[in-house]
Amino acid sequence: MGIKILTKDIDVPGIQNFQVYRSYGGYNSVEKALRMTPDEVVEEVKKSGLRGRGGAGFPTGMKWSFIDKKSGKPRHLVCNADESEPGTFKDRYLMSKNPHILIEGMITSSFALGANLSYIYVRGELMYVVNILQRAIDEAYANGFLGKNILGSGYDLELHVTCGAGAYICGEETALIESLEGKRGNPRIKPPFPAISGVWSNPTVVNNVESIAAVPYIVNNGGEEYAKIGIGKSTGTKLISASGHINKPGVYEIEMGVTVEEFIYSEEYCGGIWKGRKLKAVVAGGSSVPILPANLILKLANGEPRLMSYESLSDGGFATGTMLGSGGFIVFDETASIVHNLWNFERFYHHESCGQCSPCREGTGWVEKILHKFLDGHATMEDIDLVADVAKKIEGNTICPLGDAAAWPVASAIKHFRPEFEWYVTNPEEACKPGAYYTGDKLVLA
Amino acid sequence: MLDNNIQFSPEALNLVNKYIAKFPEGKQKSAVIAVLHLAQAELGGWLKPEIMDYVASLLNIKPIEVYEVATFYSQYYMKPVGKYVIEVCHTGPCWLRGADELIAYFENKLGIKKGQTTPDGMFTLKGVECLAACGTAPVFQCGMDYYENMDNEKVDFFLDKCRQENKVSRPYPVMN
Repeated sequence: MGIKILTKDIDVPGIQNFQVYRSYGGYNSVEKALRMTPDEVVEEVKKSGLRGRGGAGFPTGMKWSFIDKKSGKPRHLVCNADESEPGTFKDRYLMSKNPHILIEGMITSSFALGANLSYIYVRGELMYVVNILQRAIDEAYANGFLGKNILGSGYDLELHVTCGAGAYICGEETALIESLEGKRGNPRIKPPFPAISGVWSNPTVVNNVESIAAVPYIVNNGGEEYAKIGIGKSTGTKLISASGHINKPGVYEIEMGVTVEEFIYSEEYCGGIWKGRKLKAVVAGGSSVPILPANLILKLANGEPRLMSYESLSDGGFATGTMLGSGGFIVFDETASIVHNLWNFERFYHHESCGQCSPCREGTGWVEKILHKFLDGHATMEDIDLVADVAKKIEGNTICPLGDAAAWPVASAIKHFRPEFEWYVTNPEEACKPGAYYTGDKLVLA
Repeated sequence: MLDNNIQFSPEALNLVNKYIAKFPEGKQKSAVIAVLHLAQAELGGWLKPEIMDYVASLLNIKPIEVYEVATFYSQYYMKPVGKYVIEVCHTGPCWLRGADELIAYFENKLGIKKGQTTPDGMFTLKGVECLAACGTAPVFQCGMDYYENMDNEKVDFFLDKCRQENKVSRPYPVMN
């Protein structure tokens, strides 16, 4: 068993309650941080090498160091709990089972940033989690860890949980800020970045749940200790949401550097492919990242095993690699249709496009429609290149990364599974039969 | 136009004030998302224009500021819905583990298609995008609750329970 940081106490009975959480060392990082200077706390997080766990992987300590302290405006920390990337369910798991680890992280992190008013923004579908967090916040207030003059330190923090109402785009940090202000979730043009002008034009840092929940360990044990865990620039542990055609779907906390093969096949994690079938493909980091066929997800181009880390998963760029992303690990067995799955994903992006930028608003709709032709048996060979071309014209031409997120799955699916698209064109009757699946000789299985 | 028949209960008004108090003075607009959830839960299950106007008056913002929010987010219903809104996740990971079959089973049991409401007004069936529960696919949400690792038997049990209890947990933020 590898080291557990975020999920160590997650199955302790009653850990949702303040007293139980406290008896397991909970809130110690607040006491410790309040004896440090805010800059010293930021320094520990920098040393830890912690990278944003929401998907982008940007160094958290560096993000914190950008926050504008000169203007004298109030600062805010906002936790992004709008978990909506298909394949990702780790934050829901963590917040619903151990809410206090997030509250503790919010207090320690807010102190580091000099924020006196902070928010946790939870997607509206997870209203029961909103209510769990509200109870945890109430307990933290009642025990002197929130409010005025926390533990006699002179530091004040007001922390609230707020909700969305169904919109994937609100996971993009500037859309989240708009939503927090009570508006439509239309992403803002950057710059200015939230660190300069965020919520109500105040300096703001937006961090993912998992990033903030790692801060207590870093403060308690020191950034250097955290950096010893993991591999290279992928320090620490990562929550992986494993779903799809595996024997044991669920959330697994891994030490970065585990091989992909071990993650898929070992009993400790996914327990292998279900129904005794073979592995066809994996989407390793949420629906937005490139899909890889079995051979490329298991091994790098040079034949070495691919690891569960930022660097190893992206090795080979978009030619032969992918991204760790949010850690949404979706597994496809030999019977899965890559074409149908791609249409499904693109319907998602079309539905979730905020409509602000024409390439995304119109392009995602066209991509969805053209892909549906394959499922109807009406597609032509030209449609394969057409759909790739439309996707290419979305990529890089939008205010926010949703456009890229919609384009990458298209490019990678056609790149790695083109014969399967062709099969839909040349054998529509066979391909569109219920239960039929592609078994072409160019198919790579493991 | 304000409709005087549309009015929150004193308890709900108390909650509205608590939602507003989460934000600095003058930033009460931020509370609109939570207040709309509450309005939908308390005032008939969907957001007719008069309800949105009422919410605008409570928050001292223009009605258009409420309309543009209400029409953006997928959890707000702009048309009447059944007492129980069954929202089946149909995104990739759930599709891989039987979301289409789950939807077909609901359609068959309820005698309606996805997007429709049963004639008795009890059930609306919807397909929704990823609910962040892919590890327990297939899943659906109804009101506040998640129903995970679904199969036909569990659906039967769920539908029977709905018909017997005839009460729904519509989601809104609870506060002490």
